[in-house]
Amino acid sequence: MIYREAGQFKTSYKSDQALLPIAQDRFFVMALVAFAYIVIPMVANDYWLNSIFLQFFIFSLAALGLNILTGYAGQLSLGTGGFMACGAFSAFKLATSFPDMHIVFVLFLAGLITAAVGMFFGIPSLRIKGFYLAVATLAAQFFLLWLFNRVPWFTNYSSSGVISPPPIKLFGDYYITGTQATNLTQYFFTLTLVIVLALAARNIIRGHIGRSWMAMRDMDIAAEIIGISPLKAKLSAFAVSSFYCGIAGALWAFLYTGTVEPLAFEINQSFKILFMIIIGGLGSILGSFVGAAFIVVLPIFLNSAPAMLGLKLSGSLVTHIEFMVFGALIVFFLIVEPHGLARLWGIAKEKLRLWPFPY
Amino acid sequence: MERKIGETLLSVDHISLSFGGVKALTDISFSIREKEVFAIIGPNGAGKTSMLNVINGFYHPQEGEITYKGVHRKQMRSHEAAVQGIARTFQNVALFKGMSTLDNIMTGRIIRMKRNLFWQAMYLGPARKEEMENREFVEDIIDFLEIQAIRRTPVGRLPYGLQKRVELGRALAMEPELLLLDEPMAGMNIEEKQDMCRFILDVNDQYGTTIALIEHDMGVVMDISDRVVVLDYGKKLADGSPDEVRANQDVIDAYLGVPH
Repeated sequence: MIYREAGQFKTSYKSDQALLPIAQDRFFVMALVAFAYIVIPMVANDYWLNSIFLQFFIFSLAALGLNILTGYAGQLSLGTGGFMACGAFSAFKLATSFPDMHIVFVLFLAGLITAAVGMFFGIPSLRIKGFYLAVATLAAQFFLLWLFNRVPWFTNYSSSGVISPPPIKLFGDYYITGTQATNLTQYFFTLTLVIVLALAARNIIRGHIGRSWMAMRDMDIAAEIIGISPLKAKLSAFAVSSFYCGIAGALWAFLYTGTVEPLAFEINQSFKILFMIIIGGLGSILGSFVGAAFIVVLPIFLNSAPAMLGLKLSGSLVTHIEFMVFGALIVFFLIVEPHGLARLWGIAKEKLRLWPFPY
Repeated sequence: MERKIGETLLSVDHISLSFGGVKALTDISFSIREKEVFAIIGPNGAGKTSMLNVINGFYHPQEGEITYKGVHRKQMRSHEAAVQGIARTFQNVALFKGMSTLDNIMTGRIIRMKRNLFWQAMYLGPARKEEMENREFVEDIIDFLEIQAIRRTPVGRLPYGLQKRVELGRALAMEPELLLLDEPMAGMNIEEKQDMCRFILDVNDQYGTTIALIEHDMGVVMDISDRVVVLDYGKKLADGSPDEVRANQDVIDAYLGVPH
């Protein structure tokens, strides 16, 4: 009843191709953004801001990157962790070599470097597809981590192989990294960055570049015959995807953990992000966020649920229950909706348009 | 209204194509003239689809030469052929299943859309203007093919006849000079066939597009095409106007068989 676009007429193609053509959607998204900017900072404590929201934002960004490559362009990749590491280490080298560089430029350049690396590891995709490509991207995962472990130049010859980004000011007296940085500054910075990058991704996807990716995904022969160069389409998908993953990796190292070693970006991380987009929804921007929220927040919730219910269980038992319930939920969601949580939301919207009538 | 058939647009000279020991095409020559409807017919396995694949650069023939708009070429990638104005549809529909009708047809405009990633990411100014101009062009095609109602429907959900129509729309969005149609009417009922014939003739008429089509329905072929070439076992049996081809003894033998 409430969710209806009846009476909302569009008189130009411009308004028809708007990001959110339906007024209710516009309102909902604006309310969500206002909530994130105003309400959350007022009520959340440091633990929530740092451990949950920051982590969620960074994972959403990485999931968005992988979703561009796997969900939209159809190129399966297991190298996400490697690309995140690449972003983290190139940002570290940039920040230590040019101490005066602004954090935004550091992140942007680190993203560009990762994009170049991603394009290089994307070259096999011109020849191989599917699972074989996944194995080829595994090479990126292992090679990049090996490189950052073995070549001391990347860690500025640190004996432990751990990098600690220098303290950087965002503006004025506000530090964005290092011990003086407050969680609130980091929260606002990451939130803004995530919104800007998600908008950019949406814009790329609804334009001709995004359509060339989806065409390549759905039917590569037909795509080539209507004039899409496979080289351009596939490598641009690898580049944009790696750009996002690189920035996510840099944020992880600079803002979230503060010190980082290559091991933080091992293969488990790649799998985790792949799960996020599978559960959230392949080929959906919303899916990247929902999937990231599911994987980040659910274990924390499950961990604290017994205590909230007043049950006194031993710590190890709670951890085991968490694993079991989490696993069961993943299987459950995959059976109920193989196209991810974002698809469930889509179905709900379709039903809401007609509610209370069945059709 | 009399249509104006012009000079040779594409000529195929002594093309031979083989896959290992299998000879798909042997020494084929014919030419397609501007603004005509040209049909390639022949029994199953005669090499008709291979011929189209050679023309739009998907297969590379071992021998022979193709001249398109006066330029000789030996090898060409499919997407380069697209840029030069050769579009095609497929025998079994090759649409982008996950995308809507509108997006599928918009994809056909890709060779005309040049704005780079950074403009696209901001979606302002030139990128938006380009998108709107192309959207208008695509809307004309949607009107032309009478598929306004399914604009937003994912093509995977459409019935077969409409999918074929969307695929034609996608090829038209490329503003091709030469349109290759691989069995545009396969599996359709009589009304859908009539619609499709009308669209093909209208395209030829309104946009002046040269059309080369493969079709099994002889009634359709003889009705709409200006000239016909007949292939059998990878060899050319005959070419000429529908009436000439119909009277050709080799063609009758190939279709009806000969007494032994």
